[in-house]
Amino acid sequence: MNDTLSIVLFSGTADKLHAAATLTAGAAAMDRPVHILLQYWALDAFRANRIDKDHGLAYDAARPRFNEPVEQVGEIPWLETFRMAKELGEVTILACAGSLEVLGIDVTTLDPLVDSSGGIATFLVAAEGGQILFI
Amino acid sequence: MTATMTELEGTTAAKVIDARGAACPGPLLDAKKAMPGVPVGSVVEIWSSDPVTKSDINAWSTKVGHEFLGVLEADGYDRVFVRRGK
Repeated sequence: MNDTLSIVLFSGTADKLHAAATLTAGAAAMDRPVHILLQYWALDAFRANRIDKDHGLAYDAARPRFNEPVEQVGEIPWLETFRMAKELGEVTILACAGSLEVLGIDVTTLDPLVDSSGGIATFLVAAEGGQILFI
Repeated sequence: MTATMTELEGTTAAKVIDARGAACPGPLLDAKKAMPGVPVGSVVEIWSSDPVTKSDINAWSTKVGHEFLGVLEADGYDRVFVRRGK
């Protein structure tokens, strides 16, 4: 197994984006190449005109809790963490061509953090021999 | 090989990073960012109020080829010492 970490980032809520960003940043700091494939709601979150807006929380946050209100969640610095990760290491962010098509998004309207659009084979070849996570 | 407390106290860092108040992975990223800015063999000192920073920086140093020297406890934060190895 090689050092490459590949993440299929499907979710578009700030908490899950932050989980992915933290892993990405940690791996980048350890000199591990990171490949990210943006699909569906993650892709939507990376639209240039929306990326710095509030992306909400996963539905887990709305579940009934035991005297523990979830309103205490602070600002989630997911975008800043991704930016740092890209600055520090080898991080490639690919927009899934299929998801772009379904959502009717033009790749040129995405944030510059996104390197290019690509198909699943491109991602799988880059990911080969390493770990793949789905978030 | 970690240094003794006395050795750490006598260590002059080529660069001191104040990452107090930042949560994981902030201090780690700051350390990573600082390394290319100091000569190989010199020491970077990271100040962090996040209790996991010292073990995280230790793991990272071992992985990427720097030398983790140890930690001094200060008032409400840790002073983490790493020697640039490559």
